[in-house]
Amino acid sequence: MIIGGGAAGLRAAIAAAELNPKLDIAIVSKVYPMRSHTVSAEGGMAAVLRTDYDNFDLHAYDTIKGSDFLADQDTVEFFVREAPKEAVRLEHWGCPFSRDPDGRISVRAFGGMSVKRTLFATDKIGFHLLHSLFQTSLKFENIRRYDEWFATSILVENGRVDGVTAIDMRSGDLVSFLAKAVVIATGGCGRIYQFTTNGWIKTGDGMALAYRAGVPLKDMEMVQYHPTLLPNTGILITEAARGEGGHLLNKDGERFLKRYVPNKMELGPRDILSRAEMTEIKEGRGFEGPYGSYVHLDLTHLGEETIEAKLPFVKELAEKYLGIDPAHEMIPVRPGQHYMMGGVHTDIHGYTGLPGLYAAGEVACISMNGANRLGSNSLTECLVFGAEAGIGAAQYATKQAALSFGNPVQGLALEEEKRIYDKVLKPEQGEKISTIRTEMQKAMEEHVGIYRDENNLKQACRLIGDLKKRMKNAVVEDKDRVYNTDLVSALELDFMLDVAETIPYAALARKESRGAHSRTDYPKRDDDQFLKHLVVYQTGTVPRIETMPVTITRWKPEARVY
Amino acid sequence: MSQDIATIRVTRYRPEKDGKPFFQEYKVPYRKDMVVLDALNYIKANLDGTLTYRWSCRMGVCGSCGANVDGVPKLTCASFLHEFKGRTIKVEPLPHFPVIKDLVINMDDFMHKLVEIKPWIIRDKESPPEDGEYRQSAEELERYGQFSSCINCMLCYSACPVYGLNEKFLGPAATALAYRYIEDSRDQGKAVRFPIVHEIEGVWECTLVGECSVVCPKGVDPMLAIQKTKILGATNALKSLVMPRGGGK
Ligand SMILES: Cc1cc2nc3c(=O)[nH]c(=O)nc-3n(C[C@H](O)[C@H](O)[C@H](O)COP(=O)(O)OP(=O)(O)OC[C@H]3O[C@@H](n4cnc5c(N)ncnc54)[C@H](O)[C@@H]3O)c2cc1C
Ligand code: SF4
Ligand code: FES
Repeated sequence: MIIGGGAAGLRAAIAAAELNPKLDIAIVSKVYPMRSHTVSAEGGMAAVLRTDYDNFDLHAYDTIKGSDFLADQDTVEFFVREAPKEAVRLEHWGCPFSRDPDGRISVRAFGGMSVKRTLFATDKIGFHLLHSLFQTSLKFENIRRYDEWFATSILVENGRVDGVTAIDMRSGDLVSFLAKAVVIATGGCGRIYQFTTNGWIKTGDGMALAYRAGVPLKDMEMVQYHPTLLPNTGILITEAARGEGGHLLNKDGERFLKRYVPNKMELGPRDILSRAEMTEIKEGRGFEGPYGSYVHLDLTHLGEETIEAKLPFVKELAEKYLGIDPAHEMIPVRPGQHYMMGGVHTDIHGYTGLPGLYAAGEVACISMNGANRLGSNSLTECLVFGAEAGIGAAQYATKQAALSFGNPVQGLALEEEKRIYDKVLKPEQGEKISTIRTEMQKAMEEHVGIYRDENNLKQACRLIGDLKKRMKNAVVEDKDRVYNTDLVSALELDFMLDVAETIPYAALARKESRGAHSRTDYPKRDDDQFLKHLVVYQTGTVPRIETMPVTITRWKPEARVY
Repeated sequence: MSQDIATIRVTRYRPEKDGKPFFQEYKVPYRKDMVVLDALNYIKANLDGTLTYRWSCRMGVCGSCGANVDGVPKLTCASFLHEFKGRTIKVEPLPHFPVIKDLVINMDDFMHKLVEIKPWIIRDKESPPEDGEYRQSAEELERYGQFSSCINCMLCYSACPVYGLNEKFLGPAATALAYRYIEDSRDQGKAVRFPIVHEIEGVWECTLVGECSVVCPKGVDPMLAIQKTKILGATNALKSLVMPRGGGK
C-alpha cells in the first residue's frame, strides 16, 4: 500500500507493479493523484545526460557541497547514477520535455549546479512529470486507487506494519486496510509556515504518521527558504528564471549578490541567496510594499521571445497575479518556506527500520539533501528513491505470509475510530481550528525562520506546546460524514503540530550554522561537534533527540565558498 | 491597500440534511489582489467552517478549484473579486456533474473516460533506458504540446452543451488527451486508440459549439483536437477501404 499519489508515490507504485504483477497494489491519496503538489514544480529535474561535459562525480560533488556536507555520500552516489535512467524512463513514458534542435532533451543552468544538467519542460516540469506518471500508472491493472481517501494512522502490531486506517472522504467511513508493506509518500509540510510555496495539502501527514508509529524524524531543522516568491501570495517564481539569465536587484538597482556569492551570482544556492536578500532588506536596501519588504527580479533584458519560449508559466503567473509583464517590468520577490530537507528517517533503500514501512519523496529524509537541497534534485529524488522504496516494499510483501484481521489490529482500528469520531468530530464547543492553525503558522514564521537564536527557538517550543494542548479542545464545525473537509483540516492540523514541534527542538540542539540552518548565536559551522544527523523521537512529553553519523565516502568536508 | 466588501452567494448542498440545494450569502472584505478562492477560504476560516469545496495549489495548475462563477465555469483561484465589483457573485458547482456536497462535484465519469483512451505511450517494444531518450524534434513536440497542457479541471465539460445532454459523449478533455497521444511521435498505438475516439459517442457527437476552447484556462483547444481527430478518422477510414487490414504502418 502506498500513501500518496505524487511523484514519489506513483513511481513507487509503478516499480512495485513491474516487479511483481501478482501483487495487489493500492494508492491511497487524499486528493486525485494529478492534483498532488508535485504538479506545481516549475524549473526542472537534474540528471547527468550530457556526458561530453558532465559526469556523476561532478553532480555528486555539487549536491554534497550544496548540502553543506550533511548529505550521506553513499546515498548521493547512488542517486546520481540512477538519475539518468529515471529521466529517460520518464521520457519514454511520454513526458513532453523541451528539446534541442537535434531532438535531445534540453538542459538548463540551475542554482548550485556547476554545469547545465537540469532537464525541463518549459517551466512546468512538475505538471508534466506528474501527469505522465499518473497516466502511465493507469495501464497497470494491479494498481488500485483510492482517490480522496485520507490516511489517519499506520497499524503496527508486534513490531511490524500491518496496515493503514483511512477515511473514505465521500462516505466519511473510516476503513482499515491490511497491508504487508506500506510506503509513505505524502510530501512535505510547508503549511506549518505562513508564507510558503506549498499547496494547501502539504501538511506533513506522513511525517506525523511515521513519528507516531515510532520512527524518528531526521534533520528536521533543515528547512529550505526559496529566494523568489511573490510577496502577496507566496507563489513561486522558478529558479529557472535566474537559470535563463534573470538578475536580482536591490533598491539601488545593484546586483547585490556580488557581495555574497561573487562567482555564482544568481546561480548560487538557495540558502545563501535567501540570507543575502534578508541582509539587503535589513540594511535598508530593499523595497517596502503592502506585504512587507522585497527585492526585484529583473527579466526585462531576456526579451519577450525567451520569456515566451522558456518561461511561459512565469509570465502567466506575473501577469495574472501581479498585473506585471515580466518582459518590461521588474518582479517583486522575497524569500519564503519552500521545501523540507528533513523528514522520516530512512536508509539508502527508503526503509525506515520498522519492518514493512518505507518512505520516499519529500516526506522522507534519505539524507541526500543534507542541510540544503539543490534546486531540481528533488523531483529526480522522488523518481530514484520512489522506485527504490517501491521495489523494497514489493520484495518484502512478496515474502510475507497472508495477514489476518486479528484482535490486536481490530483493537487499534477501533481506537482510531474513537479518536476521530468521538474525540475530534463530536465536541460541540471549543476553539476554532483556523485560529490554532494561524497561530502555529505565525509562531513558525516569527521564531523558526531564516535566522534563528536560542530565545526564539525556546519561545517556539513553548508556543507550539501550548497550541498542542489547545488543539485537544478544538471544535469541528461541520458534523456531517460526507466529504467533511473541516474534519480533515482538524486531523491535518493535529499532524502539523506534531511535526512543527520537532523543528525548533532540533534547531535548538544544533548549536552551529550549516546550510539552511542559520543560528545568529552560533554563526559558524562546527564539524567537530555537528557533522552528524539529529533524529527526533516522539515521547509522551517533549521530543527526544539522538544523533546519527553522516556517511562520508570520497569528499572531505571543506569550506563552502561560491 | 483599500478594502471593499464582496457579496458572495454560494450554493449549499448537504446530502445528509437538506433535500435540495439552496443559496447562502456571505459578506467578505477584499483587496484588489484577492481571488474568489480567497473569499471561500475567508468564509471557511472566519464565518462558516461547514462550507465545502476543493482546492490546493492556488496557482492555476492543480485543477481542483473549478466552479461556476457568475454563470461561467472558472478556476476560483484565477478569478479576481474586483472584476465583479458592485455585483453579487454567484458561486455554484460546475454544471453537468453530480454534486457530492456544496461545490464538490463527482468526476468519476471523466476518470473512467481517461482510462478508456489509454493515456500512455504505446510501443511495439520499449527500449531500455541505457539506450537514451527517444529523439523528438521541436516541431514534433509542437504538434501535441498544447494538448498535453490539460490540467483536468473539467471546465470544458461544464461548458459543453453536448455533454450536458449525453454523458456518454467522450467530450473535450478526454479527446484532447487522446489526440495528444495520437500525435506524439513516440507513440505507436494509433490502431488501438482510434476505434475508441471514433465510436458512436466519440468525436462525431461534437456539434462544434466551441465553448470548451473558450473556457479552458490553459489554452488547450479541445475543439481543434476533436476536429483533427475527425479528419484523421476520415482519412483512415478511406485508407482501410483501399488497403488490406493491418497493412502499412
Ligand atoms: C512551487 C514549487 C516548485 C518546485 N519546483 C521544483 C523543481 O523545479 N524541481 C525540483 O526538483 N523540485 C521542485 N520542487 C520540489 C518538488 O516539487 C517536491 O519536493 C516534490 O514534488 C514532492 O513530491 P512528493 O511525491 O514527495 O509529494 P507530493 O507531490 O506533495 O504528493 C504527496 C501525495 O501524498 C498524498 N497525501 C498526503 N497526505 C495524505 C494522507 N494523510 N492520506 C492520503 N494521502 C495523502 C497527497 O494526496 C499527494 O498525492 C518544487 C516545489 C514547489 C512547492
Ligand atoms: S481541456 Fe482545458 S478546460 Fe478542459 S479539462 Fe483540460 S484544462 Fe480544463
Ligand atoms: S487551486 Fe489549484 S487550480 Fe485553483
